[in-house]
Amino acid sequence: MKVTVDPDKCQGHNRCYALAPELFDVDDYGYASAKGDGTVPPELADKARLAAANCPELAITIDET
Amino acid sequence: MTGAPVSDWTTDYDIFDPDYVVDPTPVWDDLRSTCPIAHTDRWGGSWLPTTYADVSAIAHDVEHFSSREITVVPPPEDDIGPGGLAIPVPPIDCDPPVHTWARRVLLPWFSHRRVDEYEPITRDLCNRLIDGFIESGHADAAADYAQQIPARVIALTLGVPGDMADTFTGWVRDVLEFAHDEQRRNAGRDAIALYLMEKMEERRDEPGDDLISVLLHTEVEGEPIPDIHVLGTAALTLIAGVDTTWSGIGSAMWHLATHDDDRRRLVAEPELMPTAIEELLRAYSPVTMARIVTDDITVDGCPMKAGDRVLMNFPAANRDPAAFDLPDEVHLDRAVNRHLAFGVGIHRCAGSNLARMELTVAVQEWLRRIPEFRLADGALVTWAGGQVRGPRTLPVVFP
Repeated sequence: MKVTVDPDKCQGHNRCYALAPELFDVDDYGYASAKGDGTVPPELADKARLAAANCPELAITIDET
Repeated sequence: MTGAPVSDWTTDYDIFDPDYVVDPTPVWDDLRSTCPIAHTDRWGGSWLPTTYADVSAIAHDVEHFSSREITVVPPPEDDIGPGGLAIPVPPIDCDPPVHTWARRVLLPWFSHRRVDEYEPITRDLCNRLIDGFIESGHADAAADYAQQIPARVIALTLGVPGDMADTFTGWVRDVLEFAHDEQRRNAGRDAIALYLMEKMEERRDEPGDDLISVLLHTEVEGEPIPDIHVLGTAALTLIAGVDTTWSGIGSAMWHLATHDDDRRRLVAEPELMPTAIEELLRAYSPVTMARIVTDDITVDGCPMKAGDRVLMNFPAANRDPAAFDLPDEVHLDRAVNRHLAFGVGIHRCAGSNLARMELTVAVQEWLRRIPEFRLADGALVTWAGGQVRGPRTLPVVFP
Protein backbone atom coordinates (compact mmCIF):
# COMPACT_ATOMS: atom_id res chain seq x y z
CA MET A 1 0.00 0.00 0.00
CA LYS A 2 1.13 3.55 -0.79
CA VAL A 3 -0.21 6.99 0.12
CA THR A 4 0.26 10.20 -1.82
CA VAL A 5 -0.79 13.78 -1.09
CA ASP A 6 -1.80 16.04 -3.97
CA PRO A 7 0.01 19.32 -3.22
CA ASP A 8 -2.42 21.26 -5.42
CA LYS A 9 -5.36 20.15 -3.28
CA CYS A 10 -3.80 20.20 0.20
CA GLN A 11 -4.78 23.31 2.19
CA GLY A 12 -2.87 22.41 5.33
CA HIS A 13 -5.74 21.10 7.44
CA ASN A 14 -3.20 18.74 9.09
CA ARG A 15 -5.91 16.16 9.67
CA CYS A 16 -3.69 13.42 8.22
CA TYR A 17 -0.85 14.41 10.51
CA ALA A 18 -3.15 14.54 13.55
CA LEU A 19 -4.54 11.06 12.86
CA ALA A 20 -1.54 9.29 11.31
CA PRO A 21 1.71 11.10 12.17
CA GLU A 22 3.64 7.92 11.32
CA LEU A 23 2.71 8.33 7.65
CA PHE A 24 2.68 12.07 6.96
CA ASP A 25 4.94 15.08 7.37
CA VAL A 26 3.79 18.68 7.38
CA ASP A 27 5.93 21.73 6.67
CA ASP A 28 5.90 25.02 8.60
CA TYR A 29 3.03 26.23 6.46
CA GLY A 30 0.97 23.14 7.25
CA TYR A 31 1.18 21.51 3.86
CA ALA A 32 1.37 17.73 4.02
CA SER A 33 3.38 15.10 2.20
CA ALA A 34 3.73 11.37 2.54
CA LYS A 35 6.73 10.27 4.56
CA GLY A 36 9.50 8.63 2.57
CA ASP A 37 8.20 7.13 -0.66
CA GLY A 38 4.70 6.78 0.82
CA THR A 39 4.92 3.04 1.45
CA VAL A 40 2.52 2.03 4.23
CA PRO A 41 3.56 -0.85 6.50
CA PRO A 42 0.72 -3.40 6.84
CA GLU A 43 0.12 -2.53 10.50
CA LEU A 44 -0.57 1.11 9.55
CA ALA A 45 -2.96 0.39 6.68
CA ASP A 46 -6.04 1.32 8.73
CA LYS A 47 -4.42 4.58 9.79
CA ALA A 48 -3.71 5.43 6.16
CA ARG A 49 -7.36 4.82 5.26
CA LEU A 50 -8.46 6.89 8.26
CA ALA A 51 -6.31 9.82 7.14
CA ALA A 52 -7.72 9.66 3.60
CA ALA A 53 -11.28 9.46 4.95
CA ASN A 54 -10.73 12.62 7.01
CA CYS A 55 -9.22 14.91 4.39
CA PRO A 56 -11.75 17.65 3.56
CA GLU A 57 -9.87 18.47 0.34
CA LEU A 58 -9.80 14.87 -0.95
CA ALA A 59 -6.05 15.37 -1.35
CA ILE A 60 -4.94 11.90 -0.18
CA THR A 61 -4.86 8.95 -2.55
CA ILE A 62 -4.32 5.38 -1.45
CA ASP A 63 -2.94 2.76 -3.78
CA GLU A 64 -4.01 -0.54 -2.23
CA THR A 65 -1.76 -2.68 -4.41
CA MET B 1 -36.10 43.48 9.90
CA THR B 2 -35.51 41.71 13.15
CA GLY B 3 -37.27 40.59 16.29
CA ALA B 4 -40.48 39.23 14.79
CA PRO B 5 -40.95 35.46 15.10
CA VAL B 6 -39.93 33.49 12.03
CA SER B 7 -42.94 32.27 10.05
CA ASP B 8 -41.06 30.68 7.15
CA TRP B 9 -37.44 29.58 7.59
CA THR B 10 -36.91 29.21 3.84
CA THR B 11 -37.52 32.92 3.11
CA ASP B 12 -37.18 34.67 6.46
CA TYR B 13 -34.65 32.84 8.64
CA ASP B 14 -33.17 34.54 11.69
CA ILE B 15 -29.75 33.33 12.84
CA PHE B 16 -30.36 35.06 16.18
CA ASP B 17 -33.74 33.41 16.85
CA PRO B 18 -33.41 32.19 20.46
CA ASP B 19 -34.56 28.62 19.74
CA TYR B 20 -32.30 28.42 16.68
CA VAL B 21 -29.29 29.52 18.72
CA VAL B 22 -29.97 26.78 21.31
CA ASP B 23 -30.48 24.05 18.69
CA PRO B 24 -30.32 24.88 14.98
CA THR B 25 -30.29 21.26 13.75
CA PRO B 26 -34.09 20.81 13.23
CA VAL B 27 -34.14 23.93 11.03
CA TRP B 28 -31.18 22.70 8.98
CA ASP B 29 -32.77 19.27 8.55
CA ASP B 30 -36.03 20.84 7.30
CA LEU B 31 -34.22 23.21 4.96
CA ARG B 32 -31.99 20.51 3.53
CA SER B 33 -35.01 18.44 2.46
CA THR B 34 -37.17 21.35 1.21
CA CYS B 35 -35.00 24.35 0.30
CA PRO B 36 -31.27 23.60 0.67
CA ILE B 37 -30.30 27.26 0.27
CA ALA B 38 -32.59 29.55 2.29
CA HIS B 39 -32.79 33.32 2.06
CA THR B 40 -33.64 36.11 4.48
CA ASP B 41 -33.93 39.88 4.38
CA ARG B 42 -33.06 40.10 8.07
CA TRP B 43 -29.69 41.41 9.28
CA GLY B 44 -28.83 42.99 5.93
CA GLY B 45 -30.02 39.99 3.92
CA SER B 46 -28.20 36.74 3.18
CA TRP B 47 -28.33 33.24 1.71
CA LEU B 48 -27.96 30.16 3.92
CA PRO B 49 -26.73 26.95 2.26
CA THR B 50 -27.26 23.82 4.37
CA THR B 51 -25.69 20.96 2.39
CA TYR B 52 -22.09 19.82 2.52
CA ALA B 53 -21.82 19.87 -1.28
CA ASP B 54 -23.01 23.48 -1.63
CA VAL B 55 -20.95 24.84 1.27
CA SER B 56 -17.79 23.11 0.05
CA ALA B 57 -18.34 24.22 -3.58
CA ILE B 58 -18.90 27.87 -2.56
CA ALA B 59 -15.83 27.85 -0.31
CA HIS B 60 -13.70 26.60 -3.19
CA ASP B 61 -15.10 29.09 -5.75
CA VAL B 62 -13.09 32.15 -4.73
CA GLU B 63 -13.76 33.76 -8.12
CA HIS B 64 -17.49 34.14 -7.50
CA PHE B 65 -17.43 34.34 -3.71
CA SER B 66 -15.18 37.00 -2.23
CA SER B 67 -13.98 37.10 1.38
CA ARG B 68 -13.92 40.90 1.45
CA GLU B 69 -16.59 40.80 4.18
CA ILE B 70 -16.70 37.70 6.33
CA THR B 71 -19.02 38.77 9.13
CA VAL B 72 -22.48 37.22 9.24
CA VAL B 73 -23.94 40.69 9.96
CA PRO B 74 -22.76 43.51 7.65
CA PRO B 75 -20.33 45.93 9.29
CA PRO B 76 -21.57 49.50 9.81
CA GLU B 77 -21.31 51.53 6.60
CA ASP B 78 -18.92 53.96 8.21
CA ASP B 79 -16.54 51.36 9.66
CA ILE B 80 -13.66 53.59 10.70
CA GLY B 81 -11.50 52.84 13.71
CA PRO B 82 -9.08 54.97 15.74
CA GLY B 83 -7.00 57.46 13.77
CA GLY B 84 -9.51 57.43 10.92
CA LEU B 85 -8.32 54.00 9.82
CA ALA B 86 -10.41 51.33 8.20
CA ILE B 87 -8.89 48.23 9.79
CA PRO B 88 -8.67 45.09 7.67
CA VAL B 89 -8.16 41.60 9.15
CA PRO B 90 -5.84 39.90 6.65
CA PRO B 91 -5.75 37.21 5.41
CA ILE B 92 -9.30 36.21 6.38
CA ASP B 93 -10.87 39.17 4.54
CA CYS B 94 -8.57 39.00 1.50
CA ASP B 95 -8.86 37.38 -1.88
CA PRO B 96 -5.89 36.26 -3.99
CA PRO B 97 -3.33 37.60 -4.74
CA VAL B 98 -3.02 39.53 -1.44
CA HIS B 99 -4.40 36.54 0.44
CA THR B 100 -1.55 34.34 -0.75
CA TRP B 101 1.31 36.29 0.85
CA ALA B 102 -0.77 37.50 3.80
CA ARG B 103 -1.53 33.90 4.71
CA ARG B 104 2.03 32.76 4.12
CA VAL B 105 3.46 35.18 6.69
CA LEU B 106 0.91 34.02 9.27
CA LEU B 107 0.87 30.24 8.87
CA PRO B 108 4.25 29.42 10.49
CA TRP B 109 2.92 30.92 13.74
CA PHE B 110 0.45 28.07 13.92
CA SER B 111 2.62 25.24 12.61
CA HIS B 112 2.81 21.96 14.48
CA ARG B 113 6.28 22.84 15.67
CA ARG B 114 5.12 26.07 17.31
CA VAL B 115 1.87 24.61 18.64
CA ASP B 116 3.81 21.75 20.25
CA GLU B 117 5.75 24.38 22.23
CA TYR B 118 2.49 25.72 23.65
CA GLU B 119 1.13 22.32 24.68
CA PRO B 120 2.82 21.97 28.11
CA ILE B 121 1.90 25.58 28.93
CA THR B 122 -1.71 24.90 27.99
CA ARG B 123 -1.75 21.69 30.06
CA ASP B 124 -0.43 23.57 33.07
CA LEU B 125 -3.00 26.34 32.55
CA CYS B 126 -5.87 23.82 32.43
CA ASN B 127 -4.68 22.23 35.66
CA ARG B 128 -4.42 25.56 37.44
CA LEU B 129 -7.99 26.37 36.37
CA ILE B 130 -9.19 22.97 37.63
CA ASP B 131 -7.29 23.50 40.92
CA GLY B 132 -9.45 26.59 41.41
CA PHE B 133 -12.75 24.73 41.56
CA ILE B 134 -12.17 20.98 41.97
CA GLU B 135 -12.61 21.03 45.75
CA SER B 136 -15.93 22.86 45.54
CA GLY B 137 -17.62 20.07 43.57
CA HIS B 138 -19.11 22.39 40.99
CA ALA B 139 -18.02 24.78 38.24
CA ASP B 140 -19.25 26.67 35.24
CA ALA B 141 -17.46 24.61 32.60
CA ALA B 142 -17.94 27.42 30.06
CA ALA B 143 -17.08 30.53 32.07
CA ASP B 144 -14.62 29.07 34.60
CA TYR B 145 -12.83 26.72 32.22
CA ALA B 146 -13.42 26.89 28.44
CA GLN B 147 -13.46 30.68 28.34
CA GLN B 148 -10.27 30.99 30.36
CA ILE B 149 -8.01 28.97 28.08
CA PRO B 150 -7.76 30.45 24.54
CA ALA B 151 -7.16 34.11 25.46
CA ARG B 152 -4.18 33.10 27.60
CA VAL B 153 -2.74 30.87 24.88
CA ILE B 154 -3.14 33.46 22.11
CA ALA B 155 -1.44 36.01 24.38
CA LEU B 156 1.71 33.87 23.97
CA THR B 157 1.58 34.29 20.19
CA LEU B 158 1.13 38.04 20.47
CA GLY B 159 3.72 38.29 23.23
CA VAL B 160 1.36 40.13 25.57
CA PRO B 161 0.64 39.42 29.25
CA GLY B 162 -1.70 36.55 30.05
CA ASP B 163 -3.35 38.68 32.71
CA MET B 164 -4.93 40.67 29.88
CA ALA B 165 -6.99 37.57 29.09
CA ASP B 166 -10.27 38.71 30.60
CA THR B 167 -9.95 42.09 28.92
CA PHE B 168 -9.27 40.43 25.56
CA THR B 169 -12.26 38.16 26.01
CA GLY B 170 -14.49 41.16 26.68
CA TRP B 171 -13.28 42.98 23.56
CA VAL B 172 -13.63 39.92 21.36
CA ARG B 173 -17.17 39.26 22.61
CA ASP B 174 -17.99 42.88 21.77
CA VAL B 175 -16.90 42.53 18.14
CA LEU B 176 -18.21 39.00 17.49
CA GLU B 177 -21.00 38.06 19.87
CA PHE B 178 -22.48 41.56 20.00
CA ALA B 179 -21.71 42.59 16.41
CA HIS B 180 -25.38 43.46 15.90
CA ASP B 181 -25.03 46.12 18.65
CA GLU B 182 -23.14 48.79 16.68
CA GLN B 183 -22.03 50.82 19.67
CA ARG B 184 -20.65 47.81 21.51
CA ARG B 185 -19.06 46.37 18.39
CA ASN B 186 -17.29 49.65 17.56
CA ALA B 187 -16.07 50.05 21.14
CA GLY B 188 -14.52 46.57 21.01
CA ARG B 189 -12.92 47.28 17.61
CA ASP B 190 -11.38 50.52 18.87
CA ALA B 191 -10.08 48.99 22.10
CA ILE B 192 -8.37 46.15 20.22
CA ALA B 193 -6.86 48.55 17.67
CA LEU B 194 -5.54 51.03 20.24
CA TYR B 195 -4.02 48.27 22.36
CA LEU B 196 -2.28 46.64 19.40
CA MET B 197 -1.07 50.00 18.02
CA GLU B 198 0.62 50.63 21.34
CA LYS B 199 2.29 47.19 21.22
CA MET B 200 3.45 47.88 17.66
CA GLU B 201 5.14 51.10 18.70
CA GLU B 202 6.91 49.28 21.54
CA ARG B 203 8.16 46.53 19.24
CA ARG B 204 9.20 48.65 16.30
CA ASP B 205 12.45 49.50 18.09
CA GLU B 206 12.59 46.66 20.61
CA PRO B 207 11.39 43.56 18.83
CA GLY B 208 10.74 40.31 20.67
CA ASP B 209 9.93 36.76 19.54
CA ASP B 210 6.27 37.39 18.85
CA LEU B 211 3.96 37.72 15.87
CA ILE B 212 3.74 41.53 16.03
CA SER B 213 7.52 42.02 16.20
CA VAL B 214 8.27 39.60 13.42
CA LEU B 215 5.61 40.98 11.05
CA LEU B 216 6.88 44.52 11.69
CA HIS B 217 10.33 43.40 10.57
CA THR B 218 9.29 41.17 7.66
CA GLU B 219 9.60 42.20 4.03
CA VAL B 220 7.42 40.90 1.23
CA GLU B 221 8.95 41.31 -2.22
CA GLY B 222 11.44 43.81 -0.85
CA GLU B 223 8.88 46.02 0.87
CA PRO B 224 8.01 46.12 4.56
CA ILE B 225 4.52 44.93 5.41
CA PRO B 226 2.35 48.04 5.82
CA ASP B 227 1.55 48.92 9.43
CA ILE B 228 -2.17 48.70 8.84
CA HIS B 229 -1.69 45.13 7.63
CA VAL B 230 0.38 44.17 10.70
CA LEU B 231 -2.28 45.72 12.93
CA GLY B 232 -5.02 43.84 11.11
CA THR B 233 -3.30 40.47 11.22
CA ALA B 234 -2.57 40.89 14.95
CA ALA B 235 -6.22 41.87 15.51
CA LEU B 236 -7.37 38.84 13.55
CA THR B 237 -5.13 36.56 15.61
CA LEU B 238 -6.70 37.89 18.78
CA ILE B 239 -10.30 37.93 17.54
CA ALA B 240 -10.26 34.58 15.75
CA GLY B 241 -8.26 32.81 18.44
CA VAL B 242 -10.54 33.45 21.40
CA ASP B 243 -14.30 33.10 20.95
CA THR B 244 -14.03 30.24 18.48
CA THR B 245 -11.83 27.89 20.51
CA TRP B 246 -13.62 28.71 23.74
CA SER B 247 -16.92 27.78 22.05
CA GLY B 248 -15.46 24.53 20.76
CA ILE B 249 -14.16 23.56 24.19
CA GLY B 250 -17.46 24.56 25.81
CA SER B 251 -19.52 22.49 23.38
CA ALA B 252 -17.28 19.47 23.97
CA MET B 253 -17.76 19.89 27.72
CA TRP B 254 -21.53 20.19 27.21
CA HIS B 255 -21.58 16.94 25.24
CA LEU B 256 -19.51 15.08 27.82
CA ALA B 257 -21.66 16.42 30.69
CA THR B 258 -24.85 15.24 28.99
CA HIS B 259 -23.69 11.92 27.44
CA ASP B 260 -22.47 9.58 30.17
CA ASP B 261 -21.70 6.72 27.77
CA ASP B 262 -19.43 8.83 25.59
CA ARG B 263 -17.69 10.40 28.58
CA ARG B 264 -17.01 7.05 30.24
CA ARG B 265 -15.86 5.53 26.97
CA LEU B 266 -13.38 8.36 26.40
CA VAL B 267 -12.04 7.92 29.94
CA ALA B 268 -11.70 4.15 29.44
CA GLU B 269 -10.29 4.38 25.91
CA PRO B 270 -8.07 7.46 25.77
CA GLU B 271 -6.63 6.24 22.47
CA LEU B 272 -9.92 7.39 20.91
CA MET B 273 -9.02 11.01 21.61
CA PRO B 274 -7.89 12.02 18.07
CA THR B 275 -11.07 10.79 16.35
CA ALA B 276 -13.23 11.92 19.29
CA ILE B 277 -11.93 15.47 19.04
CA GLU B 278 -12.64 15.57 15.28
CA GLU B 279 -16.12 14.18 15.93
CA LEU B 280 -16.90 16.79 18.56
CA LEU B 281 -15.64 19.47 16.17
CA ARG B 282 -17.94 18.07 13.48
CA ALA B 283 -21.03 17.77 15.62
CA TYR B 284 -20.67 21.16 17.34
CA SER B 285 -18.83 23.29 14.79
CA PRO B 286 -18.78 26.79 16.27
CA VAL B 287 -17.96 29.01 13.31
CA THR B 288 -19.98 30.48 10.44
CA MET B 289 -18.19 32.86 8.06
CA ALA B 290 -19.62 34.85 5.14
CA ARG B 291 -18.78 35.47 1.50
CA ILE B 292 -19.87 38.23 -0.88
CA VAL B 293 -21.02 37.28 -4.40
CA THR B 294 -18.78 38.97 -7.00
CA ASP B 295 -20.78 38.15 -10.17
CA ASP B 296 -24.34 36.96 -10.57
CA ILE B 297 -24.40 33.18 -10.25
CA THR B 298 -27.01 30.48 -9.78
CA VAL B 299 -26.22 27.93 -7.07
CA ASP B 300 -28.48 24.94 -6.57
CA GLY B 301 -31.24 26.86 -8.37
CA CYS B 302 -30.82 30.03 -6.30
CA PRO B 303 -30.19 33.23 -8.27
CA MET B 304 -27.46 35.00 -6.30
CA LYS B 305 -26.67 38.58 -7.30
CA ALA B 306 -23.38 40.45 -7.13
CA GLY B 307 -23.08 41.97 -3.66
CA ASP B 308 -25.26 39.33 -1.96
CA ARG B 309 -24.03 37.85 1.32
CA VAL B 310 -23.75 34.08 1.67
CA LEU B 311 -23.36 32.50 5.10
CA MET B 312 -20.85 29.67 5.03
CA ASN B 313 -22.88 27.32 7.13
CA PHE B 314 -20.09 24.91 8.04
CA PRO B 315 -22.04 23.68 11.10
CA ALA B 316 -25.00 22.58 8.93
CA ALA B 317 -22.74 21.02 6.29
CA ASN B 318 -21.29 18.89 9.06
CA ARG B 319 -24.77 17.52 9.87
CA ASP B 320 -25.60 16.63 6.26
CA PRO B 321 -26.66 12.96 5.94
CA ALA B 322 -25.34 12.94 2.38
CA ALA B 323 -21.83 13.41 3.78
CA PHE B 324 -21.99 11.66 7.17
CA ASP B 325 -23.74 8.49 8.35
CA LEU B 326 -26.16 9.24 11.21
CA PRO B 327 -24.96 12.85 11.33
CA ASP B 328 -26.94 13.81 14.43
CA GLU B 329 -25.27 11.10 16.49
CA VAL B 330 -21.83 11.49 18.01
CA HIS B 331 -19.57 8.51 17.32
CA LEU B 332 -16.24 8.97 19.05
CA ASP B 333 -14.59 6.54 16.65
CA ARG B 334 -16.17 7.91 13.46
CA ALA B 335 -13.82 6.84 10.67
CA VAL B 336 -15.14 8.81 7.67
CA ASN B 337 -15.15 12.42 8.83
CA ARG B 338 -14.29 15.10 6.28
CA HIS B 339 -15.80 17.78 8.50
CA LEU B 340 -15.60 21.46 7.67
CA ALA B 341 -15.38 22.87 11.21
CA PHE B 342 -12.28 24.84 10.18
CA GLY B 343 -13.65 25.68 6.76
CA VAL B 344 -12.31 24.31 3.49
CA GLY B 345 -10.31 25.69 0.56
CA ILE B 346 -7.80 28.52 0.70
CA HIS B 347 -9.34 30.11 3.82
CA ARG B 348 -8.97 26.99 6.00
CA CYS B 349 -8.62 28.28 9.56
CA ALA B 350 -4.97 29.30 9.96
CA GLY B 351 -5.11 28.53 13.68
CA SER B 352 -6.68 25.09 13.40
CA ASN B 353 -3.64 23.28 14.82
CA LEU B 354 -3.66 25.54 17.85
CA ALA B 355 -7.40 25.14 18.35
CA ARG B 356 -7.18 21.35 18.04
CA MET B 357 -4.37 21.23 20.59
CA GLU B 358 -6.25 23.44 23.05
CA LEU B 359 -9.44 21.40 22.68
CA THR B 360 -7.58 18.11 23.10
CA VAL B 361 -5.63 19.23 26.16
CA ALA B 362 -8.68 20.85 27.78
CA VAL B 363 -10.73 17.65 27.44
CA GLN B 364 -7.83 15.37 28.46
CA GLU B 365 -6.97 17.27 31.63
CA TRP B 366 -10.59 17.70 32.71
CA LEU B 367 -11.37 13.99 32.21
CA ARG B 368 -8.16 12.96 33.95
CA ARG B 369 -9.04 14.93 37.06
CA ILE B 370 -12.85 14.98 36.88
CA PRO B 371 -13.93 11.81 35.05
CA GLU B 372 -17.45 11.92 36.51
CA PHE B 373 -19.53 15.06 36.13
CA ARG B 374 -22.98 16.11 34.94
CA LEU B 375 -25.12 19.18 34.48
CA ALA B 376 -26.12 20.74 37.80
CA ASP B 377 -29.74 20.08 38.81
CA GLY B 378 -31.92 22.70 37.16
CA ALA B 379 -28.86 24.10 35.39
CA LEU B 380 -29.57 26.97 33.05
CA VAL B 381 -27.28 26.41 30.07
CA THR B 382 -27.10 29.47 27.82
CA TRP B 383 -25.77 29.61 24.25
CA ALA B 384 -24.41 32.35 22.02
CA GLY B 385 -24.90 32.11 18.26
CA GLY B 386 -24.46 33.94 14.98
CA GLN B 387 -20.82 34.12 13.89
CA VAL B 388 -19.74 31.73 16.65
CA ARG B 389 -21.98 29.26 18.49
CA GLY B 390 -21.19 27.76 21.86
CA PRO B 391 -22.30 27.62 25.50
CA ARG B 392 -21.76 30.72 27.61
CA THR B 393 -22.90 29.26 30.95
CA LEU B 394 -22.57 25.54 31.64
CA PRO B 395 -23.06 24.72 35.35
CA VAL B 396 -21.77 21.23 36.14
CA VAL B 397 -21.37 19.23 39.36
CA PHE B 398 -18.89 16.52 40.30
CA PRO B 399 -19.83 15.60 43.85
